[in-house]
Amino acid sequence: MLRIARIIFGAAAVLFLLAPLAAILPMAFTSSVFLTYPIPDFSLRWFEELFTAGAWRRSIINSLIVGFGTTVLATVLGTLAAVGLRGRFVLSGSVRTLFLLPMVVPAVVLGVGMQILFARIGIASSYLGVIIAHTVLAVPFVLVSVTASLDGIDRSVERAALSRGATPPSVLLRETLPLAAPGVISGAVLAFATSLDEVVLTLFVAGPNQRTLARQMFSTIRENISPAIAAAAFLFIAGTILLALLVLLVRRRFKAPAPETAAEA
Amino acid sequence: MRRHLGALVLVGPLALFVALFFLWPLATVMTQAVADSTVGQALPATSGAAPDWDRQSPPPEELKAALVEDLRNLDNRQLFGDIVRRLNSVQPGFRTLMGRTMTAISRADGPVDLSSVDRRWDDPVYWRAIVGVLAPYTDRHLLAALDLERDGAGAIVPIPAGESANRTILLRTFWVAAVVTVACAVIGLPYAMLVASVGGWLRQILLAAILLPLWTSLLVRTAAWYILLQDRGLINDALRSVGLIDAPLPLLFNRAGVVIAMTHVLLPLMVLPIYSVLVAIPKNLMPAAASLGAPPLRAFLRILLPLSFRGLLSGSLLVFMTAIGYYITPALIGGPQDQMISSIIAFYATGSANWGMAAALGVLLLAATMVLYIVYGWLSTDRTARA
Repeated sequence: MLRIARIIFGAAAVLFLLAPLAAILPMAFTSSVFLTYPIPDFSLRWFEELFTAGAWRRSIINSLIVGFGTTVLATVLGTLAAVGLRGRFVLSGSVRTLFLLPMVVPAVVLGVGMQILFARIGIASSYLGVIIAHTVLAVPFVLVSVTASLDGIDRSVERAALSRGATPPSVLLRETLPLAAPGVISGAVLAFATSLDEVVLTLFVAGPNQRTLARQMFSTIRENISPAIAAAAFLFIAGTILLALLVLLVRRRFKAPAPETAAEA
Repeated sequence: MRRHLGALVLVGPLALFVALFFLWPLATVMTQAVADSTVGQALPATSGAAPDWDRQSPPPEELKAALVEDLRNLDNRQLFGDIVRRLNSVQPGFRTLMGRTMTAISRADGPVDLSSVDRRWDDPVYWRAIVGVLAPYTDRHLLAALDLERDGAGAIVPIPAGESANRTILLRTFWVAAVVTVACAVIGLPYAMLVASVGGWLRQILLAAILLPLWTSLLVRTAAWYILLQDRGLINDALRSVGLIDAPLPLLFNRAGVVIAMTHVLLPLMVLPIYSVLVAIPKNLMPAAASLGAPPLRAFLRILLPLSFRGLLSGSLLVFMTAIGYYITPALIGGPQDQMISSIIAFYATGSANWGMAAALGVLLLAATMVLYIVYGWLSTDRTARA
């Protein structure tokens, strides 16, 4: 009796969790203008729309620009800080908490502050402004990921290099960073994914010329929903799977302990 | 010392970045919530002369002349109306006083003797009111965010019913977040227990089912719920084909839809903390209870449930804390009656450029989130200390 209840509950919960994802993917290939089942015919018209219609194409390019900028900035800042915070010193715990705080603060509040401040310092409605805003949210992921990777490193390798007379910067470049590479790459991927999916801060700091794909999806769902949304969602999911595979591949290659950042997301 | 210097060089860039683009914006929100420069900017000469007056003695001639000059230069009727309204709420009588004074100033070209326009200008009470509204800081926005205001005597009183809905929206935000938290707990606790109790590939599948949505874009998940919940969506189609309903259930643009979609989005945040607590419980605890003669239900109630309580508490705090700040899902799936505090903040900021109100509501949301986060942090460190 209990066993049957467990099976039914488990199946129902998995259905609840996965049904939305299963429902949106086939919609990307509908020939209809409506987002309803059954799908009348298989068609690639909505992908065509995505890559040819001005607003969508522009938003994809913008997402790539902003995503790339965010990934570089967040990975550099986060990796350096993770290495610096490794040696326990005064306040390192509080500093780490501060760096992770952007994960917790409601995005709308941060957005209002950024909108006012960015207008005042002259980076409102610019790519730089959007990249900075996204980086604030992406850095914690890099920090967590690289920290986990650094924790698995045997420090005697670095001490040995130092005792052979290598300078600290060269030890960092030649020994520490290559050993931490899986964490750095996972962090970079997470940073890119964060930027790709960011809507709220983008609403506040981006101008019409910096509309990202996520922002474009948001207003399309709000104003005139069409299967182009499903096609964009398909790209998102395919991209996520590709990136996840990349991370898995990298981790397998380096065989380092994998950081578990998912719970923090 | 050298080592510390090296750490500083490495941590410095991010510290600077976070200070500039995370802490400064938050500080901007906080100051904006209490800043009030409109009157000060509208009456610059009066602001300049005000500090010289001791607020007790009869107002000096310089102050009076400054006010006359400011009022003469003030050509914005709406701003003038706002200032009079605010003065009147502090000190009744300003409406007639300012009207009479404005007329006198517009008739005269040179200096105007305020005392001869109206005897009340000799009374320091009125000048104290003016100096009061000139102050660059105010609690007006913060009070208004809670549907409160100050009456003439400076006491805090509720805003007349029907004039503002902020309190309704705050209560609604907490209510929706609470319902979502309970829904997540009701599904998440048994789910986490199920995952922890099975092994092998089944556990991998159940874990993947919880992690896959977590890794999927929030927008994609929200769009997917839009497809499922609409009148001709899969849920209504399925229910109709089974014959449970004749007309489609309204699920989109209402509370039910918001709760369903938010529960789906936040469920992983509930399951993962409970699961992490459960897998740490020694495997032989339940068999031990059984061997001592405890029936399964009793063993569950006395052992497994109390042990998972900490995870449940962490998960609930995490879900509730995230839910009160949610913007995208209610904005896309909810109707006008389901908008939460974030939507109102966004409306004030981008829709009506009312920065004071946006910031004041933002400060409330930030404060609530931080309190919950501190409790959450305290809970999780306590757990690791005991482990």
